[in-house]
Amino acid sequence: MVRKKDNESWGTRLGLVLAMAGNAVGLGNFLRFPVQAVQNGGGAFIIPYFICFLLMGIPLLWVEWATGRFGGNKGHHSTPFILDSMTKQSIWKYVGVFGIFTNLAVAAYYCYIESWTMTYVVKTLLGHFVNTTPEKVSAAFDCYLDFDPTFTGLPFEAVFAFVICVILNAWVLSKGLVDGVEKAAKIGMPMLILFGVALSFSGITLQAGERGAIYDGTVGLNYLWTPDFTSLTNPSVWLAAAGQIFFTLSVGMGTIQCYASYVKKNDDITLNAMSAGWMNEFVEVCLGSAILIPIAVGYLGIDKVLELTQQGALGLGFRTMPYLFSQWGEVLGIVAGAMFFGLLFFAGLTSSLAMGTPWVGFLQDEFKWNRKQAAWSFGAIVFMLGLPTVLFFRQGVFDEFDYWAGTVSLVLFALLESILFAWIFGMDKGWKAINDGGDIQVPEIFKFIIKYVTPAFLLLVFVASLLAPEGRNWYVSVGQLLDGQGWSFSDQAIVAKLMNQDINKAILVADGFQQKADMLFKKELINGSRLLLLLVFGGICLLVYIAGNNRKKR
Amino acid sequence: MNASALWMMISANVVIASLAVYFLWRVLRAKKRPEPDSFSENVED
Repeated sequence: MVRKKDNESWGTRLGLVLAMAGNAVGLGNFLRFPVQAVQNGGGAFIIPYFICFLLMGIPLLWVEWATGRFGGNKGHHSTPFILDSMTKQSIWKYVGVFGIFTNLAVAAYYCYIESWTMTYVVKTLLGHFVNTTPEKVSAAFDCYLDFDPTFTGLPFEAVFAFVICVILNAWVLSKGLVDGVEKAAKIGMPMLILFGVALSFSGITLQAGERGAIYDGTVGLNYLWTPDFTSLTNPSVWLAAAGQIFFTLSVGMGTIQCYASYVKKNDDITLNAMSAGWMNEFVEVCLGSAILIPIAVGYLGIDKVLELTQQGALGLGFRTMPYLFSQWGEVLGIVAGAMFFGLLFFAGLTSSLAMGTPWVGFLQDEFKWNRKQAAWSFGAIVFMLGLPTVLFFRQGVFDEFDYWAGTVSLVLFALLESILFAWIFGMDKGWKAINDGGDIQVPEIFKFIIKYVTPAFLLLVFVASLLAPEGRNWYVSVGQLLDGQGWSFSDQAIVAKLMNQDINKAILVADGFQQKADMLFKKELINGSRLLLLLVFGGICLLVYIAGNNRKKR
Repeated sequence: MNASALWMMISANVVIASLAVYFLWRVLRAKKRPEPDSFSENVED
């Protein structure tokens, strides 16, 4: 016999672990990881990847779980006031704004990709990719992005799908932790693993000459796992590994703290964090490496896949995979395609739901909104904020959101929270906050790692992102600097982004009036999207200020 | 597959899958805490 407790809480421990794992497992596990591995040393990539997981990923997981539980036991469920409860310096609650801002901004564009996966499941099930050609599949994706009629025969179906996806997220969130988020994780995670195992098996056992394949699936595995140990001396490979660990675990977002804030003081977090973290690694390394690349190489060959990976993982997933599955025959192709996009959808949904909970918790705690109001307000904000990324996807607004909210903000927030935890809150209190009620004792060495190594690692990643050199070749760039030739920034360096280096270059080489006008319009949109993100950040700061004053009055 | 690729793949997969299963098993086997705990669905009437 069970009954519900009065306050909001998780239903079961397994539900909490699955929700945390679902938060971490995202589209990147299946699309980003294999491409990163291929581009950064193949099998050798797993070495820096593991080291970064041990020195940065696992410590950050424990720090964020402990921070969340500490704040939650003081009645806070979002990072501004969770961080505020750890120190007397009120500035930290404004650092905590990152933990709400990042989620709103990332959810805005993430729900758009999620809506692609949802549309592609439906398209696959309705047989739209049966007897198709690579050109048709690629053209259909272009039409979809350009809002031309493709699937329903109506224009703007991408916007329609985006709206459905946002409504779905808000509806699940409005159901609460147990009946919404946890139930979605309990359904989504097992389905995702089941689909992943089935597709991995199909990928590995793919035989040349069968189902239209020209190579065995093991050729792709060989390509992905063959180690190039010389890559280990390249700092860019290590930065890529650190970046992958960072993004796959969803650290630096504020979602882990929010989920952990519903855990009581005497309940375990050390084992739960390990279970959720390693479950994510299983999905990423064991399943993620055995689907996309083996299947794509089996049909397209290594050279073509290498060319496609240069254009990004999304293209490979949505422009290529539907055609490859169609080669498996009508029924099997539909089943495999629906499973592939279905697993991407579940991975996306469990992550986007996690992005909604900090905002919901913030409004419930500080402005006494009920869960339904808070959840639907999340949906409204995500819709409004996401619409520019949908409408101006081709003009780079989507990438701009991803860069500032989904990349820079995460690293910055993780760096600041690790400093707060280890150096301001203090490592002695921090160590107790991690180990209280733990089912496993964290090895003592992590006290040193959390205090020194993790913040140093994060600082290195941040500085490297700030100053990344052209061609990502650090040795050559440092040599040129010492020779007095100055420093050329990569277009992806934060400094170069702020100076609009890439778009200014494109304007300079633009051919003709129309192309130049297009580039100038793109520049305006990019600057506009940055302003929009700044306004959102400022707006949340204002809400935190008002909430702080309300607290003082109370 | 060449030997080095095979070794890298098998060792990474075995280590990760084993640890993922081990920690999940520990979670499933862990004793329930005395009330009040963090979970609503194990409150006995």
